[in-house]
Amino acid sequence: MLTYILRRLGLAALITILAVTLLFLIIHMIPGDPVSTMLGPKASPELRAALEARMGLDKPLPVQIGLFFANMLRGDLGMDVFTNRPVTTIVLGQIPYTLVLILSSILWSAVLGIALGCYSAVNRNSLGDRLAGVLSVSVIAVPAFVVSLYSLLIFAVKLQWFPAIGAGEPGAWGDQFHHLILPSLAIGLSWVGYIARLVRASMLEVMGEGHVRTARAFGLPERWITYRYALRLAILPTVTVIGVGMGFLLSAAVFTEIVFSRPGLGKLVIDSITTRNYPVVMGSVLFSTLIFVASTTLADIINAILDPRIRAGK
Amino acid sequence: MAVLDIRDLSVSYSTPRGSLRALRNVSMTVPEGKIVGIVGESGCGKSTLISSIIRLMAPNAQVGSGEVRFKGTDLLARSEAEMRALRGTEISMVFQDPMQTHNPVLTVGQQMVDIQYRDKKPKAEKLKRAAEMLALVGIPDPEARLNQYPFEFSGGMRQRIAIAMALMARPALLIADEPTTALDATLEVQIIKRLKELQDEIGCGVLFISHHLGVIAELCDEVVVMYAGEVVESGTVRDVFHNPAHPYTAALLDCDPGHIKVKTRVLPTIPGNIPDLVNLPKGCIFADRCDKRHKACDTRPALWTARAGHRAACHLIAEKETA
Ligand SMILES: Nc1ncnc2c1ncn2[C@@H]1O[C@H](COP(=O)(O)OP(=O)(O)OP(=O)(O)O)[C@@H](O)[C@H]1O
Ligand code: SF4
Ligand SMILES: [Mg+2]
Repeated sequence: MLTYILRRLGLAALITILAVTLLFLIIHMIPGDPVSTMLGPKASPELRAALEARMGLDKPLPVQIGLFFANMLRGDLGMDVFTNRPVTTIVLGQIPYTLVLILSSILWSAVLGIALGCYSAVNRNSLGDRLAGVLSVSVIAVPAFVVSLYSLLIFAVKLQWFPAIGAGEPGAWGDQFHHLILPSLAIGLSWVGYIARLVRASMLEVMGEGHVRTARAFGLPERWITYRYALRLAILPTVTVIGVGMGFLLSAAVFTEIVFSRPGLGKLVIDSITTRNYPVVMGSVLFSTLIFVASTTLADIINAILDPRIRAGK
Repeated sequence: MAVLDIRDLSVSYSTPRGSLRALRNVSMTVPEGKIVGIVGESGCGKSTLISSIIRLMAPNAQVGSGEVRFKGTDLLARSEAEMRALRGTEISMVFQDPMQTHNPVLTVGQQMVDIQYRDKKPKAEKLKRAAEMLALVGIPDPEARLNQYPFEFSGGMRQRIAIAMALMARPALLIADEPTTALDATLEVQIIKRLKELQDEIGCGVLFISHHLGVIAELCDEVVVMYAGEVVESGTVRDVFHNPAHPYTAALLDCDPGHIKVKTRVLPTIPGNIPDLVNLPKGCIFADRCDKRHKACDTRPALWTARAGHRAACHLIAEKETA
């Protein structure tokens, strides 16, 4: 188990390095440079050179990348071009909002989706199963920003059950929770359908396997067979999909944060891209990458805990 | 008294083409403490038969008529809860494919403890019992191996584990559906030997399904030959294999090169195909492939007694008697 985790972490580090390098190159290919953005087109050559030197833009690209990694390891992602605050501080200030949003969305949608999927598989072709199927497919088809807009209009503007904008007062848990519900609903809704379909399909597959027949032939209680023997196997693909789906969740979070004017990584990225605030763009995208790599790694480790064959590399 | 007494059992599957009559008026018995073999080519209804005994049938299966008497009471009349109480206690199963038989993500020990869930014993004692059983089927170092997962065992080992699990509760009836088909010949011999020893010790009745005539000859006391959903011949191994009364049995034995000695993965082939079970022929079910077919065969033959305890569904027997 330990070797598996170490191997998987090594792989995660490698992926991070590659992704960051790629990111660095892509950002450098975007037309327009931060120096003219900050100083305006009429700035004197001396001033431009001074700022370029301060940001390290005068050095060759490989050196820039190397420096970036060295600084990154020290937690230094450069300075915000406008406010002169450390990028790390800015990004770390926003990340909790996004993480809470994403994790709460995936949590409720996974719990509901798995329950629905199990129900559908156990009561296959019943009215409930068919109903769940139709509902699942329809919510899968609706993008998060559409749910955001409509839920905002209906529940926040019309019915006024929930607040429309922001993330709530800092420190006031109840208020923050209240602010979290609609955005979380928007992001999680299509995942409920997706996970329900996925769990139903893999449950049906597992329930047809030989070992389930064996368990029945030994008279084990049906509930035991469903939840201890079958679900544990049927959940494996779902864990992987959620881990990889973190990318989609992050992009759904971007839209949702904008619709609800919620602080978070999404808003930060959009704001800094439109102002060509490179260090902040770089910093926030870097953290998104880290979140993505961490979630896929975590998914793999959870699967390895659930399935001994993965641990053994079989 | 017979442990298992199947009377006139008919089972059909509903299919898009219509009702597929997989078993028709099947009767057979497993006497207490005896091993009864079932042979027949693929699709003749062996698995359907055992799944209706233990009542774990496909959702589209229906029992048309008949009784499955276990220790004198009809299993088909029992409630699902009463059935479940029998499974794994009085009636145990060993399935064909050892690679599929165990749950891949639970340790062998856990699975062997789970099937003892009815006993109110501490877990340590259940583990001890499991280790004893593994030792009995010839798995070395059983205590340590209980902590391992199925994928850490070879196919032969897994089949031994399946046998250990099935016999752990000392059932009155063991049903084994081609338990050695997936294994190579030497392993097969070992496992058969061990099974016979354990059966002897426990004294249970065994219903043993195999494609391998040699294994049936070696292991079983009695044999039932099935063809296209019917019992065509039954009797002691000696009678049936040395003096086959039904042309199908004779053909099976003839095509077997080493005459019931050589291992075959599939039954030797006889020219022709089994009839369509949705649209059954009128007369004898084997008529299309029978080299002794004659006029009387246009009507369905009854199970005639060739000699005491040896019966076959062929007109020739009755004709021999009257002739
Ligand atoms: N669920 C089902 N639905 C429809 N037909 C079925 C079903 N299960 C089995 N059959 C059919 O019933 C007949 C008997 O099948 P069964 O599996 O009992 O044969 P078998 O003797 O066990 O064959 P094998 O040696 O291949 O295991 C076959 O014609 C098969 O196609
Ligand atoms: S009844 Fe006729 S067709 Fe059928 S097995 Fe006997 S001889 Fe052959
Ligand atoms: Mg079969």
